[in-house]
Amino acid sequence: MKRLMLGNEAVARGLYEAGCRVVSSYPGTPSTEITEYAAKYADIYCEWAPNEKVAMEVSFGASLAGKRSFCAMKHVGLNVAADPLFTLSYTGINAGMVIGVADDPGMHSSQNEQDSRHYAIGAKVPMLEPSDSKEALEFTKIAFDLSEEYDTPVLLRMCTRISHSQSIVTLSEKTNSETKPFYKNIRKYVMVPGNARLRRPIVEERTARLIEYAETSPLNRMEMGNAFLGIIAAGTAYQYAKEVFGKEASYLKLGMVNPLPEKLIREFAEKVDRLIVIEELDPIIETHCRLLGLSVEGKTLFPMIGEFSQNLISEKLGRETKAGKTLEDEIPVRPPVMCAGCPHRGIFYILSKLKLNVLGDIGCYALGAAVPLNAMHTCICMGSSISSLHGFNIALGRESEKNTVAVIGDSTFLHTGVNSLINIGYNGSNSTVIILDNSITGMTGHQQNPATGYNIKGDPAGKVDLEALCRACGINRVRVVDPYDLEECEAVVREELDADEPSVIIARRPCVLLKHVTHGPPVFVKKEACRSCKICMRLGCPAIHLENGKAAIDETLCAGCEVCISLCPFDAIQADKEGV
Amino acid sequence: MKTTNIMIVGVGGQGSLLASNLLGTLLVEQGLDVKVSEVHGMSQRGGSVVTYVRFGEKVYSPVIDKGEADYIVSFEMLEAARWLPYLKSRGRVILSTQRIDPMPVITGAAAYPDALIEKIKATGALVDAVDALKLAQRAGSVRAANIVLMGRLSTYFNMPLEAWENALKECIPPRYLDLNKEAFKLGRNANN
Repeated sequence: MKRLMLGNEAVARGLYEAGCRVVSSYPGTPSTEITEYAAKYADIYCEWAPNEKVAMEVSFGASLAGKRSFCAMKHVGLNVAADPLFTLSYTGINAGMVIGVADDPGMHSSQNEQDSRHYAIGAKVPMLEPSDSKEALEFTKIAFDLSEEYDTPVLLRMCTRISHSQSIVTLSEKTNSETKPFYKNIRKYVMVPGNARLRRPIVEERTARLIEYAETSPLNRMEMGNAFLGIIAAGTAYQYAKEVFGKEASYLKLGMVNPLPEKLIREFAEKVDRLIVIEELDPIIETHCRLLGLSVEGKTLFPMIGEFSQNLISEKLGRETKAGKTLEDEIPVRPPVMCAGCPHRGIFYILSKLKLNVLGDIGCYALGAAVPLNAMHTCICMGSSISSLHGFNIALGRESEKNTVAVIGDSTFLHTGVNSLINIGYNGSNSTVIILDNSITGMTGHQQNPATGYNIKGDPAGKVDLEALCRACGINRVRVVDPYDLEECEAVVREELDADEPSVIIARRPCVLLKHVTHGPPVFVKKEACRSCKICMRLGCPAIHLENGKAAIDETLCAGCEVCISLCPFDAIQADKEGV
Repeated sequence: MKTTNIMIVGVGGQGSLLASNLLGTLLVEQGLDVKVSEVHGMSQRGGSVVTYVRFGEKVYSPVIDKGEADYIVSFEMLEAARWLPYLKSRGRVILSTQRIDPMPVITGAAAYPDALIEKIKATGALVDAVDALKLAQRAGSVRAANIVLMGRLSTYFNMPLEAWENALKECIPPRYLDLNKEAFKLGRNANN
């Protein structure tokens, strides 16, 4: 049966067909939908873990117990899970274990553009890279077989254009993988130095055998066309190259990007006049070719940075590129904005008003850095706001304690922020941490997390009590505010900055886009009362704009949060239409 | 058969994913090779979003590049102007006359260009401008403006109405189906 499927959905289908039984992941664009689709299969246990390290270790545990298992994450999530990865390479697995990692060339939704292939090389584990949904499904199944045959976790590398593109897949029946018995094997699984030294050569032997596999595997194939140009490519770059050259070039299409074949590449190089590698991000295949002593072009032609496309490849190889017409007008940019009614807005307005230093974190609230709020001054990685705040305050003491805060979302706090809060409690910096608790993992599209009280299927689940958790970390001052109440927010932020001990402020209100959140009726501007002071414009609400110098509300966008009403010094914005 | 390229552009939250799903479902049913490339995540929050739909005998790249689009379906006027360089010479723009000010316009840092439809026409593009919001409202919900535009797009393809209706049925939950079918028809039959 043929179906159109998103790359991520195809991976989930592959999990089902491969008899995978346990999936544990942390959401991260562009990997999130793999786990969401997997959760629709009754035979697969799926969960959202608090972070990627936990997810990978859960997945390992399930593999050890004898069930095929999987975990998914975005590229930066693999940084968090790198610790288990490097040692699981030594222990190997019991039942097949596959790790899905999705890179984001072009940084559509990420803070950096790292190339996950480095992890496969570093951890010495095989990595497969599909180039469309059909391969995403097939390679997922092959990855499980390889995992079991070579006793290793296998990385499945996706990227934004594969994860978030739909193409046609062919569905097959589910194969029931057997449960493998768990045998205690201390030398294999207890990686104390003496045992790790015994496993170390096994990793190298395995790599040698995997290279042999790569030479003849159907994952890697030659497609001979015109021999004037030989292109080595994998993943989405292969598709762009085919789009441009079709049969006018020859291809070595790599489905396995670690370890790379040697004889196969030499053989291909022999057959073509000009050898080029087309790969997004880092020159990994190219470097490998150079180590083989081959004359090859790659990054001398193509950029290290960003996504490729058919036009880019045409241009760099001297072929005609297409172009369209442009208007003479300047087209204003349309950056993403906090939604109308977003509960984060009130807090950021107060932080902006008080001109505080704000150490931020990963989530929708990074939009607090945008105009007109400009109220976030760092955003590095998950959890970093709280630990950086501690360091900032240790470095400057009273000078910064009174005017510096950390802001972090509920999901991000439980991901890796809580460790940092323990550090504040333990080492005692007088820091003020604001947890923006919108009761969901927002930016990745509304996933449940340990503080929401629901699991991935939406069923009631264990619920972390954030207040109790913060107190248990050694924070005595824990306050809860409603971010729609500006007066309360300002008072509490001032009090906690003034306090002589660390504190946590939980700004609690669910994301306005959640289905169960009811919106108030849109608010209205009493034109004659508006004195054009523009203070409401400082909220950066997309529903508020100016018409002939006076405030106006877009009724279709307004969520009725009434934050602007409390801000207006002239009572020009009103909830009640009758009053207008 | 040469590959046909359709871009669906708009503002995050306007329903471009449903529109591209509808097209994808329809085209696969016609036995064609199809690729649809979407945007999820951060840029959805009121930002400019673009979806690529490509179909033909064999499609390789999932994206559409500058000068390649046969059709640009735009849910908003400024977005049509933004993505215009992707249109082929004599390609067609199907646009909703809705205007949504981006934040730089709201804050007064930039101006929303005037007379966009005329300016787009002046480049030689074929323009089909539809008051999709009004028609969607008539069908029962402003949220169905995306389907109004799909109805409009359907007039440029030689595919039976039944095929479109089957695709609607597949992509839309039953309780919203009638509303969306109506929106589709209003778009398909709109006079310009």
